[in-house]
Amino acid sequence: MKQGCRVWKYGDNVDTDVIVPARYLTTSDPAELAAHCMEDIDPGFAAGVLQGDIIVAGENFGCGSSREHAPIAIKASGVACVIAGSFARIFYRNAINIGLAILECPQAAAEIQSGDMLSVDFESGEIHNLTRDRQYRAALFPPFVRDIMATGGLIPYTRKKLLNSGARTGVRQEGD
Amino acid sequence: MPMTMTQKILADHASLASVEAGQLIEAQVDLVLGNDVTAPVAIREFEKIGVAEVFDQRRIALVPDHFAPNKDIKSAEQCKIMRDFARNREIEHYFEIGRMGIEHALLPEQGLVLPGELVIGADSHTCTYGAVGAFSTGIGSTDMAAAMAAGTAWFKVPGAIRFVLNGALGGWACGKDLILSVIGAIGVDGALYRSMEFDGPGVATLSMDERFTIANMAIEAGAKNGIFAVDARTRAWAASVSARSYREYAADSDAEYERTIAIDLTSIRPQIAFPHLPSNARPAAGAERTPIDQVVIGSCTNGRIEDLRAAAFLLKGRSVAPGIRCIVIPATQQIYRQAVREGLVDAFIEAGAVVSTPTCGPCLGGHMGILADGERAVATTNRNFVGRMGHPGSEVYLASPATAAACALAGCIVDPGEIAPAPPRGYFETTAKA
Ligand code: SF4
Repeated sequence: MKQGCRVWKYGDNVDTDVIVPARYLTTSDPAELAAHCMEDIDPGFAAGVLQGDIIVAGENFGCGSSREHAPIAIKASGVACVIAGSFARIFYRNAINIGLAILECPQAAAEIQSGDMLSVDFESGEIHNLTRDRQYRAALFPPFVRDIMATGGLIPYTRKKLLNSGARTGVRQEGD
Repeated sequence: MPMTMTQKILADHASLASVEAGQLIEAQVDLVLGNDVTAPVAIREFEKIGVAEVFDQRRIALVPDHFAPNKDIKSAEQCKIMRDFARNREIEHYFEIGRMGIEHALLPEQGLVLPGELVIGADSHTCTYGAVGAFSTGIGSTDMAAAMAAGTAWFKVPGAIRFVLNGALGGWACGKDLILSVIGAIGVDGALYRSMEFDGPGVATLSMDERFTIANMAIEAGAKNGIFAVDARTRAWAASVSARSYREYAADSDAEYERTIAIDLTSIRPQIAFPHLPSNARPAAGAERTPIDQVVIGSCTNGRIEDLRAAAFLLKGRSVAPGIRCIVIPATQQIYRQAVREGLVDAFIEAGAVVSTPTCGPCLGGHMGILADGERAVATTNRNFVGRMGHPGSEVYLASPATAAACALAGCIVDPGEIAPAPPRGYFETTAKA
């Protein structure tokens, strides 16, 4: 449970070009990317965002380029969670794969405003708007996706799968 | 359980008798793609998995195209990560500068994608290969890393929207105008999570280059993939690029579609998509004659030989309007050479355009034609988001190669018909010329 998460609110169709403009894609360093996060739609974001803040946006969040630099930058900014009406599909899977918490909840996305304080429970999908005293419940991820998230993302998941399958030799044990 | 074409390919690659929309599956991939922006991140993640080798050195393609030839020290270092990985891991399909091209034009041309195959790429326009009846979709760098290790990827089986094409395009209208019209009609999230399946008698009238353009922009409607029914033209194309055998899939006649949209190709007119969404498409003929600063003809959407022929048809013997910068970028070395042989490059240069070696370059605001604050470009690329081609205060208008060339000549937004009447349909096609 994250308490006191301040909201940064954006509209529909926030694309990955504005989340991290291509001019910064010559690096893949999370901290460097975070320094330019949201720069082209909200120049104040990178300097103002605090650990545990939440991004709330409308439909089709993260559309456009597949650049994983976008969720990496958001995660490295300290953002605890992105709540949107819907997500573009590559952003959706990238967030799951790298362990950036996302929740799909159209009603919450429509009603929550910039500066509101939220508390979010990822286990139950419950979103509480502390500022306006409103409750929402986001749809839970399918079990397969929760499995990936519980293992810590796709990389640990794949590692575990390859180790268990025994089909491929040469997977190094943890600590090798 | 009846299935769509996409669902059949996914089911086969997951070794399942059938799948249905919404089902989560793990499927074998035939090819994994990465570029100089996404592969370095994937390589970092791949090393964390700790496998001794990639799943198959012949089934990975690495293409330095976004910031290559390297535009600065940082991009040089990103490219080097990929080059070193390719060398150390003995990746067969690594394309160095000089043999390179924009990934989505290059892979089909090199015979690396055939009908029925399942391709994932750490680039959103990987959906391009649906043109040949393959299932292909964009994924992220972590997906790419996992696939390089395991040879598999997870998918949510998409529901489908069916586009039934009738009639034939006419005048200056081409594949780009068709897909811009479609995105204009259904919106940038009109096909979110879905596959866009193109069939109907009109498909046979579309050239392969046009199909690549159309499938390429499926992602601009939010789709997981765009896919074309396989026909005689597809088979002839496949035979011309590869001797490998492949498998054809066709949708069941009772497959379920969430929506069916019939399109009369004869009604399509040249389009311009205004800033800042590809869905802001409107007919070029009715659009305001907005003055522009730059024209870009190239990209994975419209940098193929037919695109260059159409642009050269209008530019040849004419002059780019004073003050307009016209940049032409053939998508691959092979296309570049063909354009030289046919005299297209000469026509561009004589008209006052510049011609670049293959690269994504300005398409993503990388290099080779970045816009300043307040500048406007007409581009044959696929995205006109805020800041896509440079300064956040600049604007990108999307159009076909013919429309873009016409705008370069007029110095403002115009319909290509204002410059010259269109040649008969098929005039720019490779098969029609041979
Ligand atoms: S040409 Fe543009 S859209 Fe295509 S792969 Fe390159 S950057 Fe992406």
